[in-house]
Amino acid sequence: MAKVFEKPASFYSEFERKSAGGKKTTHYCPGCGHGNVHKMIAEALEDLGVAERSVFVSPVGCSVFGYYYFNSGNVQSAHGRAPAVATGIKRTNPRAIVISYQGDGDLAAIGTAETIHAANRGENISVFFINNAIYGMTGGQMAPTTMIGQRTTTTPRGRAEVVHGNPIRVCELLATLPAPTYITRVALGNSKQIMQTRKAIRKALQNQIEGKGYSFVEILSPCPTGWKMDPTDAREHLVTVMEEVFPLGVFKDRSDEVEANAWDRTSEPFDVAKRHEYLQAMQTPLSLDPVELPLDLNCKFAGFGGQGILTLGLFLAQIGMKAGHQVSWFPAYGPEMRGGTANCSVNICRSRIGAPTVEHPNVLVVMNQPSLEMFEKDVRDGGWIFVDSGICTSEPDAKRLKVTMLPATELADQVGTAKVANVVMLGAICAATGIFSADYVKDTLRVIVKKRDLLEMNLRAFAAGWDAVAARRGQRS
Amino acid sequence: MARQFMKGNDAIIMGALAAGCRSYFGYPITPASEIAHAAATHFPALGGVFIQAESEVAAINMVYGTAGMGIRAMTASSSPGFSLKQEGLSYIAGAELPCVVVNVVRGGPGLGNIAPEQADYFQVTKGGGHGNYRLIALAPNSAQEMCDLTMLAFDLADRYRNPACILADGITGQMMEVVEIPEPKLVPFDHTSWAVRGDAATRDNLISSIYLEPEVLERHNLALDRKYQEIKQREVRFEEYRTDDAELVVVAYGVVSRIVYSTIDEARDRGLKVGLLRPITVWPFPTAAIVKLASRVHHFLAIELSTGQMVEDVRLAVEGRCPVHFYGRCGGMVPGGAEILAQYEQILAGGQR
Repeated sequence: MAKVFEKPASFYSEFERKSAGGKKTTHYCPGCGHGNVHKMIAEALEDLGVAERSVFVSPVGCSVFGYYYFNSGNVQSAHGRAPAVATGIKRTNPRAIVISYQGDGDLAAIGTAETIHAANRGENISVFFINNAIYGMTGGQMAPTTMIGQRTTTTPRGRAEVVHGNPIRVCELLATLPAPTYITRVALGNSKQIMQTRKAIRKALQNQIEGKGYSFVEILSPCPTGWKMDPTDAREHLVTVMEEVFPLGVFKDRSDEVEANAWDRTSEPFDVAKRHEYLQAMQTPLSLDPVELPLDLNCKFAGFGGQGILTLGLFLAQIGMKAGHQVSWFPAYGPEMRGGTANCSVNICRSRIGAPTVEHPNVLVVMNQPSLEMFEKDVRDGGWIFVDSGICTSEPDAKRLKVTMLPATELADQVGTAKVANVVMLGAICAATGIFSADYVKDTLRVIVKKRDLLEMNLRAFAAGWDAVAARRGQRS
Repeated sequence: MARQFMKGNDAIIMGALAAGCRSYFGYPITPASEIAHAAATHFPALGGVFIQAESEVAAINMVYGTAGMGIRAMTASSSPGFSLKQEGLSYIAGAELPCVVVNVVRGGPGLGNIAPEQADYFQVTKGGGHGNYRLIALAPNSAQEMCDLTMLAFDLADRYRNPACILADGITGQMMEVVEIPEPKLVPFDHTSWAVRGDAATRDNLISSIYLEPEVLERHNLALDRKYQEIKQREVRFEEYRTDDAELVVVAYGVVSRIVYSTIDEARDRGLKVGLLRPITVWPFPTAAIVKLASRVHHFLAIELSTGQMVEDVRLAVEGRCPVHFYGRCGGMVPGGAEILAQYEQILAGGQR
């Protein structure tokens, strides 16, 4: 039988949170292993001097009421999610000593993902896994660790490999991961095993205290009720049968190799002054330089992906922002993306912008034939349309629209790269509409284009577009 | 105060940083991923926590862990991912923890598509997970509001110890506008009395949503309900445009409210007396404002990117006092102004009931 422990201070002497069945006894069945493990954890927290900063995360299962017993911070979590909850606590407060205490259904069935990934991240927490090969709380159903042939309420003819699969050996599985520091399987079959369990629990907590990372202790534990055995037979069964399937031992132990604090993560409290400074640095480098807007610009830019259509929109929108107007930019997204075309909507308005999508533009740039065919009809009467004449094969209706045919891609090529055809178009738009002067736009580009060689190329492309249009109107850039 | 041209999704993180959010836990999904990208850039730079979780389920449970410490935490996703978070949200609401969750809604059901929709209205405003609970739900319609309402959401979440949701849509998330980044301010809440932080001051506290005895769980539910009634009384936010003399009031939120806004003046020019009521909080819903209007307007029209969800709340508010019409597009289709104006014409001509 187990050694009778003195109740440590981190284990409540009376269970005030317990509602039924007396405040001095646990809710566990006679012969259950949970009580032993609880006391060994509580004792270790006390001895290691960390009870005050400990948080015990209870799972769903028989140990759902872990918070009845532990005189520590207590968090009850959803089924299988304890390692994620523990992660949320530990990362935000690395000083907290966080325990994820889970049964087999919780840890190895519904919470498999949370278990593996917390281990894989090397969370600096201690996971205690009670493996009793059955669902106790819910009524004796098959657990992921139920053994072949074992009868449960959902395997009335015994667990069969071809129907239910095999019992999962979690330690062996987790030991394949590089991050975990300590993985061991112990048992509660006899007093020698209980002493080993006690040591393993202490090591798992000690590792966390020292910032050495993820420790996992699987504890084979008897469930006389679920197994339909008396407590003595259950302990015997544990040693003779269960250990055959789940061999005891240390599957990984890097506790001595891992340096102290190697797995400590930092987390700083909210600092208003620091955030103020950080957010101030977000300030746009474009200084406000108001330009009067004779009309609202509702623009649509369309072409093939890779022609810089979205960037053209971003450039113009930022020019509008610098000029002190309301601006919006919206990239075509969803059903409009069909046919290999990219497009975006830009509004530059004197007052509050309604729809961020532009249905009827007064400025349309098309850099391929499908876009011309798709959007020309949408342009408002008297609106501007800019067409890459080197790519598009037809011309828009010049009676209805102000048409600018411009071999933008060829002009860009002459400047140095076809990639700046979008900026050639920007030059054309500015020259044709006359709203933003060439110097104004060039100054803006100098701020928003960060790479120096790219900037030079962009400035030349802008001039090429501007000049091509201005030549027709007798202006120079 | 800094100004910057940015996406709505990025603006959410600006608001979160100004609100003092410490930890972000998320999983990537289009069209919400920029929120995670921004969080990954800015949170660690400020000593905060960013974790790309293994799943939406894990992410919301990491939020549960930090929120249980009374420390500001958030996650963000889009429709299918938000569905996965429902379990965690129910636990967070049940345990009365403050946090902010973002849903940048995309097309559904199922995998649907990545285009904008508003068909998550039900799951955001009616509870979504199991049990009697509500999310405080704010519906921004600009990049600036993505920032400002996120900041507000943290305050409301803390004030009422309840999860608050930013209900956005693909367009509001993806579009760029100029955002005035607000000044960060101190978090004016002390949660020592209930939080579990792993320190002496909070050692006796318990974070839990389990109440075994029916009498006790009923009391808990009734207490939650009283809280929700208080939120309904105090936290309704909405905006009206030209409703004073309107015969037809359009109810629309998020990006649709922007499109509707751009049609109102034109409708007036055509002699159509149309106004807009825009819920900013979709839960609590601006029921009283609608009741007030219902006594004198002739028609309501709910326009949504769905087959009709918010319209049910409009009908519940109107209670048959006048006809409530519905116009919706979905699957990522977004109505244009002309299409919406045609609805006004038809309704005010008495053609549609």
